[in-house]
Amino acid sequence: MEYLQIIGAVIVVLGSLVLLIAAIGLIRMPDAYNRIQVGTKASTLSVALIMIGLALVIPSWVGKFITILLFVMLTNPISSNVLMRASHKAGEPLSQVTVIDKLKEDEDNEKNNSNGTV
Amino acid sequence: MNNIAEILLLIAGGIILLALAIIFIRFLIGPTLTNRIIAFDTLTVGSLGLIALIAVFEERQLYLDVNIIYGLLSFIAVIVVGKYIEKTL
Repeated sequence: MEYLQIIGAVIVVLGSLVLLIAAIGLIRMPDAYNRIQVGTKASTLSVALIMIGLALVIPSWVGKFITILLFVMLTNPISSNVLMRASHKAGEPLSQVTVIDKLKEDEDNEKNNSNGTV
Repeated sequence: MNNIAEILLLIAGGIILLALAIIFIRFLIGPTLTNRIIAFDTLTVGSLGLIALIAVFEERQLYLDVNIIYGLLSFIAVIVVGKYIEKTL
């Protein structure tokens, strides 16, 4: 029982270190698209690790920890996708080193096709 | 909870607080609205872990329910700001 608690606490420390990596990435990345990738991926992983570790520390609360984990893993990618698609449409600038922009190509193709048929 | 686990959880709380402080710098200096909302999203998701840690320390399961509602509200907030940026709200 004690060993299980110590293992859980070590997993919680790992999760907090992942969140620290996310914070450093938010400061260092060049544009908003890279920042949202770092922020969303690393913060989702950090919440998952923290919840699993705390479920090992207090096993009788495992239901609520798993509920929070599933909720964050479902909603966090959706919200970041909606946000960045919207700001791409609103003209958020890309960094200087970006070489490819597939979403813009798709939008241009769609516009040309609709103009040709209608 | 034994001593070693408690000390490790305290260290984890300190690291999370440091990370939230660094993310808050991006929230302050972010050049556009999008950058600020990214920092806000990461702040709320990071503080979900901190609230869960506080719930374990205080031994009150009620805080986990607060946590679920907090995550739900932050999700809705990001979606609404996305609609606002897209100018379709």
